[in-house]
Amino acid sequence: MSKEIKRSVPTDSEVILGILNGSKDVLEKVYKAYFPMILQMIVMNNGNEDDAKDIFQESVLVLYDKVKSGNFELNSKLKTFIYSVCRRLWLKRLSQLSRNAGNVKDFEDVLPVEQDLEKHEERDKQFKQMEKALVHLGEPCKTIIEDFYIHNKSMQEICEKFGYTNADNAKNQKYKCLQRLKKIFFQAD
Amino acid sequence: MTEQIEAYLRGEMTEREKAEFEQLRAVDPLLDQQVVAHQTFIEQLKDYGNKHRLISDMNAIHETLDMRAIKEEVLPKSMIVRKLWDKYRMNAAVAASVALLAVFSTLFSTGYFSKRNALVSGYNALRREMSKEVDRKIQRSKKELMQNIKAHSMQGPVNPGEYSGTGFALTTSGYIVTNNHVIEGADSIYIQDNSGNSFKARKVYAQPQYDIAVLQIIDKNFSSLKSLPYTFKRSTADLGENVFTLGFPREDYVLGTGYVSSRTGYKGDTVQYQIDIPVNSGNSGSPLLDTKGNVLGVISGKENNVDGASFAVKSKYLIEALDEAPQEVKDDLILSNKNSLSGLSRKDQIKKIKDYVFMVKVY
Repeated sequence: MSKEIKRSVPTDSEVILGILNGSKDVLEKVYKAYFPMILQMIVMNNGNEDDAKDIFQESVLVLYDKVKSGNFELNSKLKTFIYSVCRRLWLKRLSQLSRNAGNVKDFEDVLPVEQDLEKHEERDKQFKQMEKALVHLGEPCKTIIEDFYIHNKSMQEICEKFGYTNADNAKNQKYKCLQRLKKIFFQAD
Repeated sequence: MTEQIEAYLRGEMTEREKAEFEQLRAVDPLLDQQVVAHQTFIEQLKDYGNKHRLISDMNAIHETLDMRAIKEEVLPKSMIVRKLWDKYRMNAAVAASVALLAVFSTLFSTGYFSKRNALVSGYNALRREMSKEVDRKIQRSKKELMQNIKAHSMQGPVNPGEYSGTGFALTTSGYIVTNNHVIEGADSIYIQDNSGNSFKARKVYAQPQYDIAVLQIIDKNFSSLKSLPYTFKRSTADLGENVFTLGFPREDYVLGTGYVSSRTGYKGDTVQYQIDIPVNSGNSGSPLLDTKGNVLGVISGKENNVDGASFAVKSKYLIEALDEAPQEVKDDLILSNKNSLSGLSRKDQIKKIKDYVFMVKVY
């Protein structure tokens, strides 16, 4: 049933270097090289295209986290790692939907990835919590915080963007925002 | 305070400030805790930002993918069909059974299965049913106008027949014509003449399209008839032509008179005439004659709930049907062309004809 998937695949070390450098090019290569495999696995196991997209993107997040935290040991192929993560995630999703209590029909080798996924779950929880907190924070605080801490813009730029009379005003505003964000974030905990 | 912590973490302090702050941190565990908490929080925030960007990047890449090509490459062709089938087979099965049930229950409740021989509903084939079911049958929309001979058995001999109709002689040698619907599904057929003699007959030919059937008397006791008094009209009769018929709606002859009221039959059927004439069940197969004694047609039915709309198969089509008969039958079917009825009064005509009109009983 399964067809052999042949396409240009970036080498594993190239990918890891690319991830560490934040290269968009490598991300695209990874996506194009491995998404079809995941699509196949999920569609053949009671899923659809959107499920495949969700699961695959989550597995890429897991990979990024793992590589960036520095403990990615290349003792297996990257492909196998992604496949195993997706397989695990999909099994979990299936049991949540109780669409299929059984097993996934496999197309590739499988690694034990439970530990990675536990870590991922925790981070995912934080991610969602942060997202919620930011939404709750509202504008303009959300943009100020994002601009300063995430996009690394200088106080001067933010000051101009929001029309504050001077950088100190903007700074004050930013601190207030940050305090509120912390409050919301830890409250929800 | 937060300002200081941030400046410290971002490395914006001068060497002296930094040293002072670190010292402060060393002696004040509360401050130290705040620094650590702030640091983790900022990291989480950055993490969130990175992840957010990564997801939007991936979504952008996903948009550029040619999903159809990938699917074609990765999935076996039957997959898509099979998925649809897996998904909808229950619905399909349920829908199909509901449809079947609906169709058959509708057909059943409208009596379709019991009246396949009726040309169209609303059309009433005039064979007579001679069983006890008659009352029920008449209530049906089909209303094959049949008569229960058993119910009348007090007046005559017990007659176990199921249906009866009328037939009339085609030749002196014992060929009888009647409607196909009279003898359809018959086990055996008997012909009963004016005096009550029964003769066994068999179907030799049928033309269901025109509702015509030809029977042959095969009984040893049957002796040839005298020459036929009537002829068969090959042309179409005119509207308003006076006609009469002789048939067996009961155990005796009944005369009906009327006129041709339309050149087409039920729902414009060109094979038939519409005749304004009183006919009843048992009249199917009766000859329809004009005043000169020419056979114009064969009474075959009437329309439900419409007065004076009886139908007869045109003699033209009777002859056409006979022409299509198998050769060995055709050889025997030489229709008379000598009319001995013209000029006679209706009374005398009937006296002559009655020996050639028979009751057809079907078992």
